[in-house]
Amino acid sequence: MTDIPIPHTWVLALSAALFAIGTLGVLLRRNGIAIFLSLELMLNSANLAFVAFAMTLAARPDGAEAALAGQLFVFFVIGVAAAEAAVGLALFIALHRLKGAIDVDRVNILRW
Amino acid sequence: MVPVVFALAAVVAVVFAIVTIAHSSPVINVLSLVVVFFAMAAIFALLGMDFLAAIQIIVYSGAILVLFLFVIMLLNIRSVERLGSGRRVQALLGTVVAVGIGAAALTAVSLLTPTSGAVYPGSLETGTVVPIGRALLTTHLFAFEFITLLLVAAIVGAVYLARRDP
Amino acid sequence: MWVEVLVIGIKLAVVLAALLTTVPIMVWVERRASALMQDRLGPNRVGPFGLFQPVVDAVKLITKEDLIPRDVSRFLFILAPVVALTVALSTFIAVPFGSDTGLELFGHAVRGFIVAPDLNIGVLYIFAIASLAVYATVLAGWASNNKYSLYGGIRASAQTISYELAMTISVVGVLMASSSLHLHQVVEAQTGTWLGVLPRWNVCTQLLGAITFMVAAFAETNRIPFDLPEAEAELVSGYLTEYSSMKYAAFFMGEYVHMTVASALMTVLFFGGWTLPWIDLAFAGWIGGLLSIGIFCAKVAFFLFFFVWVRWTLPRFRFDQLMALGWKVMIPLSVLNFLWVGFAIAAGIM
Repeated sequence: MTDIPIPHTWVLALSAALFAIGTLGVLLRRNGIAIFLSLELMLNSANLAFVAFAMTLAARPDGAEAALAGQLFVFFVIGVAAAEAAVGLALFIALHRLKGAIDVDRVNILRW
Repeated sequence: MVPVVFALAAVVAVVFAIVTIAHSSPVINVLSLVVVFFAMAAIFALLGMDFLAAIQIIVYSGAILVLFLFVIMLLNIRSVERLGSGRRVQALLGTVVAVGIGAAALTAVSLLTPTSGAVYPGSLETGTVVPIGRALLTTHLFAFEFITLLLVAAIVGAVYLARRDP
Repeated sequence: MWVEVLVIGIKLAVVLAALLTTVPIMVWVERRASALMQDRLGPNRVGPFGLFQPVVDAVKLITKEDLIPRDVSRFLFILAPVVALTVALSTFIAVPFGSDTGLELFGHAVRGFIVAPDLNIGVLYIFAIASLAVYATVLAGWASNNKYSLYGGIRASAQTISYELAMTISVVGVLMASSSLHLHQVVEAQTGTWLGVLPRWNVCTQLLGAITFMVAAFAETNRIPFDLPEAEAELVSGYLTEYSSMKYAAFFMGEYVHMTVASALMTVLFFGGWTLPWIDLAFAGWIGGLLSIGIFCAKVAFFLFFFVWVRWTLPRFRFDQLMALGWKVMIPLSVLNFLWVGFAIAAGIM
């Protein structure tokens, strides 16, 4: 099977678009869960960028090691995202218990 | 074939990413994020990184997002505010910043020379479990152990935070 | 190229047909076997031994009124049964159900009886798709807009995440023993004998792993003793309360297909797949290949019966008991199994 390969800039462009959408979500939503989902989206767009560079490096003759490192970065990002989700969701449960809502605007005790 | 599948997955990812951040029902948000992750897993598989595609679905869709759904159902959040409702100035500023970041990143990408890598499934030598596992337990052992430490700390923290009587 | 597509198409059609026929047969077995265990007669009026009872049941379900309650969220309410059946059916394409025997179809090698050949992450694929099954239950519970259904959904999500850990860790031992993620090679690693006499099936070499996998499989398929999400007595059928007619049937079929997949995985991972102990079928050529499908089906049938057997023998757990069992017993046991396999491989006895 011979196929036309994808240029790595396409993957990077998709990654940039997803990152921008995620940023928009984080900045414009006020609901904790929605902000968290947007954050996950941003982390994943970073994963796509790692994959794009890993794929470029894999095409070079001496790039096997670097291609592997790119994939391992994605692996670690997923691990960090899992830890972040566990702590964050526990925070929201505690917040809901305290304030009866998970609107981040309501968390303003430490505000001047 | 490969570019068509990639374009399809990319369009699906972007459309459902927009639904993820814009819809007012948290369950719909989570479900559309599942679709985004599926599209990304398809792209990973297309680029020959089979292992990543599998763990993307197992860990993200199968565990993390189910945890989100669990919390949404536990707190019974039926509907929340729409994207940028209320505060106009903040919404405008946020949009400008996000679009600016996106535009900057896209400009940077357009300056690169496109390189084509190895693509279709299974073509990438390092995409399978054996090289990844070997690298995790040799070259990147420290980072690997550190991730386990982080996860333990996160679990302890989560249990402490969500406990009913602190 | 098109021959390859045709061969995969034929395999897909056969597997789909087999899976969908399993459902009515299992319904019949479930009702007759439960009657046998409770010293009743069971359905025996329609056809010989009541064999056509499932057909009548199906007609009843199809012709019933398809009710959608007023206050449900319509889109998710309809999506949930679709997800249930789709996810259940798409797991099976990576399960090998016969040995690789150079059988040719229209001059094209069939390459073993598995729908998707050359999947170098076979096990991971199955776990990836199977981990999505929980969405059907959770969505049904959420969309029904009913407190009992919501409880069902919450229970399903917590239960699935907890038992998935034990299940995955118990499979790691198998993958270590066969040092491959190809399910074909997992089965081939189980031929021959272990310590001279025992068959080299993973159930003999790593009994703990087999037990934890089995328990986790019961929890993942929501069967008694772990059917907490639908617990009729306390939650009035939980996530299924608002469903009727074909939507209910879709959940029902999904559950039985999941049981079939779990039985097939049990067979492949721990009970030697299509191999027989002490006998090598390779001498029989392609007839041996067909025979291997029969052996595989017989083992799967046994595990399906085991599911029914357990259902009518054990009472249901309480939810806190279920979570305690999952986190405090099953996960440590599966880790113990993992350590044993590592030790055995290092010591050269496996």
